[in-house]
Amino acid sequence: MLEVTGLHVAYGGIQAVRSITFHVKQGETVALVGANGAGKTSTLKAISRIVPATGDVHFCGEKMLQIPPHDLIRKGIALVPEGRGVFPRLTVAENLAMGAFIRDDKAEIARDVERMYAYFPRLKERETQLAGTLSGGEQQMLALGRALMSRPKLLLLDEPSMGLAPIMVQKIFEVVRAVAAEGMTILLIEQNAKLALEVSQRAYVMESGEITLTGNSAELLHDPKVKAAYLGE
Amino acid sequence: MDIFLQQIVNGLVQGSIYALVALGYTMVYGIMGLINFAHGEVVMIGTLTAITVAGSLLAAGMPPALAGLAALIVATLLCMALGWGLERIAYRPLRNAPRLTPLITAIGMSIILQNLAMILWGRNYQTFPPLFPKVNFELAGVHFTAVQVIIVLLSAATMLSLTLLVYRTKLGMAMRATAQNPAVAGLMGVNSNRVISAAFVIGSALAALAGIMVGAYYEIAHYQMGFMLGLKAFTAAVLGGIGNLLGAMAGGILLGLIEALGAGYIGDLTGGFLGSHYQDIFAFMVLIVVLMFRPSGLFGEKTGDRA
Repeated sequence: MLEVTGLHVAYGGIQAVRSITFHVKQGETVALVGANGAGKTSTLKAISRIVPATGDVHFCGEKMLQIPPHDLIRKGIALVPEGRGVFPRLTVAENLAMGAFIRDDKAEIARDVERMYAYFPRLKERETQLAGTLSGGEQQMLALGRALMSRPKLLLLDEPSMGLAPIMVQKIFEVVRAVAAEGMTILLIEQNAKLALEVSQRAYVMESGEITLTGNSAELLHDPKVKAAYLGE
Repeated sequence: MDIFLQQIVNGLVQGSIYALVALGYTMVYGIMGLINFAHGEVVMIGTLTAITVAGSLLAAGMPPALAGLAALIVATLLCMALGWGLERIAYRPLRNAPRLTPLITAIGMSIILQNLAMILWGRNYQTFPPLFPKVNFELAGVHFTAVQVIIVLLSAATMLSLTLLVYRTKLGMAMRATAQNPAVAGLMGVNSNRVISAAFVIGSALAALAGIMVGAYYEIAHYQMGFMLGLKAFTAAVLGGIGNLLGAMAGGILLGLIEALGAGYIGDLTGGFLGSHYQDIFAFMVLIVVLMFRPSGLFGEKTGDRA
């Protein structure tokens, strides 16, 4: 479904991503793990056209690096950005409505909003509150709900556990698992390698802008190198 | 007391005009962080266009109400096109340039538009044709004219419609989202160029309306009139908190009131040393005081609340 070939991202002279190749198949949850600065977020930003990149990104057979960034979501790719990126002075309900910006089917949108509130009852309680007043965990719930509101084919998650209390991380990943179980294709980026490997079927390990290891998540979880480098065992 | 009430009425009228113009500054600033210094010139072109259209229609024998309506429509459409074109030609190519570049371009566009107007309409003062009945009312010792009443009511209705547009429609929501986080708004499918164009077009429509009001109120117009009016409306936007719609409305009205009361009492305050024609100093005193003590304005959000 998503095929990334020779993707290269450079900021000035610094090469953040060095010609990496990977793919995500329909219905899969794939994790991209690695330390801080390994190039994971740059990879995601390149796919979502936030930073310029060279190489090839094919999604459902279509070239993605050529389309304008605001058309990405119309092709079916939704990103939960790093740092959540909620609209701070829009209410919770308005943030969800922004997620459905490209849709016109009012009745179905209303049903999806209820679905998000069922996933995250906390958001329902805070419906009319400005998103900027929410806690970090609540904002992450909102960012995830907002991305799902577009009914994407592919969900890109950038560090959903970053800076959150363990209980919130658990809540978020419960929903990620539920969404994946319903058939959503997910590309997950995480510093918390253990969590990422537990949720995903396959994973790629990134180091200094390159993919150094790939395989089955369950196997990687028991790989001595991965254990030593990322799982702190 | 009579002077006080009279100046409140005058200030309210002037303030309504400032508010309409200030909204144009604040909408553009809120979305793209640009002070469009050519906005005052859009107002001026609105006034002069209305004078030409209404003047020639009246001369052709059209009743004043119809001529006025035609002038309003033509001036508004022309200003909307002008605002759209300004953004398209002058600012869009500079979208990723350092912030100072579009600011200097804005000043350049302001000079170009002034000179263009000078070529088209000449250097002389133009007289605004008599579109409104010269009716005067008196209430509790305060005098006001039909034009003043129309200005206040029409601005109030316009500001209400704009508020509904921004807070109740999908376009308005996209505008607010883009102002708060353009990159993420793009991820939601919002084309930021369209939102920016919309801000310019709407702001310019308000400018045209304000231009006609200024013309009808003072009954004269001039190719340089946009400069001072633009600066004052900008001051009003800063006073209310630039980027904030409610702030622009409140700042405009407040600035009008401060100026009118200042002009009414400046003679008494300075023992007759300064007369009411010094009223302009109040606007700029306000600007200096706000920038010194509360740069974010009355309703301005504190900076750094972007999540």
